[in-house]
Amino acid sequence: MNKNNLQFQRKVLPKSPTSIQGLDDITGGGLPKGRPTLVCGGAGCGKTLFAMEFLVRGATQYNEPGVFISFEETEKELTANVASLGFDLESLVKRKKIWLENIRVDRTEIEQSGDYDLEGLFIRIHHAIESIKAKRVVLDTIEILLSGLPNPHILRAELQRLLGWLKKKGITTIITAERGDGTLTRQGLEEYVSDCVILLDHRVNDQSSIRRLRIVKYRGSTHGTNEYPFLIDEDGFSVLPVTSLGLNYFTSTERISTGIPRLDTMLSGKGYFRGSTVLVSGTAGTGKTSIAAQFVASACKRNERVLYFTFEESPGQLIRNMCSIGINLDPWVQKGLLQFHATRPTLYGLETHLTTSIKLINQFEPSVVILDPINAFVMGDNQTEVKTMLLRLVDFLKMKRCTAFFTSLTSAGENMEISDVYISSLIDTWLLLRDIEIGGERNRGLYVLKSRGMAHSNQIREFKLTNNGIELLDVYVGPEGVLTGSARLSQETKDEAEQLLRQQEIGRKQFGLERKREAMDAQIVLLQSEFEAEESEALKVISIEKARNERFAQDKAKMAKSRKGDVYMKTVGTNKKK
Amino acid sequence: MKKKSLVKPKNDKWALRLYVAGKTQKAATAFNNLKIICEEKLKDNYQIEVIDLVKNPQIARSEQIIAVPTLVRKLPLPQKSIIGDLSNTEVILVGLGLIESNQYNANHNP
Repeated sequence: MNKNNLQFQRKVLPKSPTSIQGLDDITGGGLPKGRPTLVCGGAGCGKTLFAMEFLVRGATQYNEPGVFISFEETEKELTANVASLGFDLESLVKRKKIWLENIRVDRTEIEQSGDYDLEGLFIRIHHAIESIKAKRVVLDTIEILLSGLPNPHILRAELQRLLGWLKKKGITTIITAERGDGTLTRQGLEEYVSDCVILLDHRVNDQSSIRRLRIVKYRGSTHGTNEYPFLIDEDGFSVLPVTSLGLNYFTSTERISTGIPRLDTMLSGKGYFRGSTVLVSGTAGTGKTSIAAQFVASACKRNERVLYFTFEESPGQLIRNMCSIGINLDPWVQKGLLQFHATRPTLYGLETHLTTSIKLINQFEPSVVILDPINAFVMGDNQTEVKTMLLRLVDFLKMKRCTAFFTSLTSAGENMEISDVYISSLIDTWLLLRDIEIGGERNRGLYVLKSRGMAHSNQIREFKLTNNGIELLDVYVGPEGVLTGSARLSQETKDEAEQLLRQQEIGRKQFGLERKREAMDAQIVLLQSEFEAEESEALKVISIEKARNERFAQDKAKMAKSRKGDVYMKTVGTNKKK
Repeated sequence: MKKKSLVKPKNDKWALRLYVAGKTQKAATAFNNLKIICEEKLKDNYQIEVIDLVKNPQIARSEQIIAVPTLVRKLPLPQKSIIGDLSNTEVILVGLGLIESNQYNANHNP
């Protein structure tokens, strides 16, 4: 709402907020204040409801009382019809917030003689406005007048006068009209209302219905020009512009396990980001649901709630099938942590699917939501619609910080990356399962096609469904190419045999080396002892010689002393020189 | 479509109501035209009540009036209404059941 208010202040044209979810976003604040707006569309497209919600919201949220002039339904019928949407008209009428008035026009009862005008209608509207000090008026469906009273020339002139009169009074008016053949309205009312025209459409495409809203024109204001899907449910009218949600949701850095340890490792060791969107796509029977179930089991083990939308299998069948690979989901269902919601995609339109999902998510508040499979919705050429629906669902889940897990079935022979490209941009982590056919076998391979925000593995892993859940194995990558299944096994045994041989060879080499070392060591010891013996002999001779030398010197000194002292020194010196 | 039975002026009084919105030219014309017809066809056997919706706006709702002037034949039943300034006398005569529509058609489409 803050965002709207900011925009609202910038605009020169004052606007009357509708508080209809999403509509104020695309109109930049609401309908033109004090001017008439034409809402047109075919039967059952929600014109009356749109107008009624505008009045009720105005009366309850903006303190702008409103007058509802109905040319079709009586006051009682109106009250009953909108009560199912949570609008308590009876109390609003009592509190003078809303004025309901039914104007009955029956062509067969009325004759015309001479000139007349619609002053009676003016008086009635004026009286109603004055009675509750109304700021908003709805005329639903005024063109009944055009067929209900004689002389269309008078009526058209009077209608123009009525709109001018309401505009002068500064009343924000909604006029509803049936859609005509090739024109916006059957009676050409768009000629009179030039300020704002909103077109509602209810279209059936491949047996599923989609409601859409488009602002055909809005004088003096910028507005969203696209066709926006809208819903009518227990909470009234809501327009779901893709852009209104923005991309500013909380981002978590928390990681949650995939339930498969080796897959966690492939996703840089920790698994998916909390609140991210995961897609598993693959051909039939590649184990998409099994990966989902493994993730469900691991989330439930962490005491988190999981909401599982299944569009192909019944919950019972799913639980039974998962038991066969050792994943027992039943206890979690009993514990209330896991809730299944099984519907056929064809049961109702995409918009209703979206609303039901959103409602269930709001009720159950899960932290993991599984959609299995998403392409069950794709029928014919509605990929864009499916994408828009998923985009809105993903946005909603991101705001709720739910981790979304989608599976997608791709048909064999198709390039998988291309077939799911329409939702690729929504997906944070995309796992691809594929068949690898080698040696008359069909084996499953898994790889991470993309995973935003993490250094994921680039490896293909062989993926096996065992009695104890899912197991990831390395594929054999060697000179023979990528091998899986029995081919991998036989290649591995071959490798093992070779390995054994090589190991034996190494053992032998090592043994020989050891022997050589031992021989060398023995020789070293022998040489050392020989040397030691020689050494001690030599040392003995040296010491004897030394002793003899000393004695000889002493003897000489004694001799010199006995002759003449000073000659002694010289003699010693000459002796030395010699 | 139209009632075939000829409604003859009976002794019961005719109750006619003319709804107008303020004292306009159209209102005056309508009242005068009505007066002339009634004098001619019903003599003293009628009663005209003029209701100004500007003064009594809630009556417009209860009587489901949107166009003015509107003439309503309250009695004799069934109730009938004619809108306009009543300048087309034949329509009023047929509408009020003062002459039969066949007779009107005979006069106008020979």
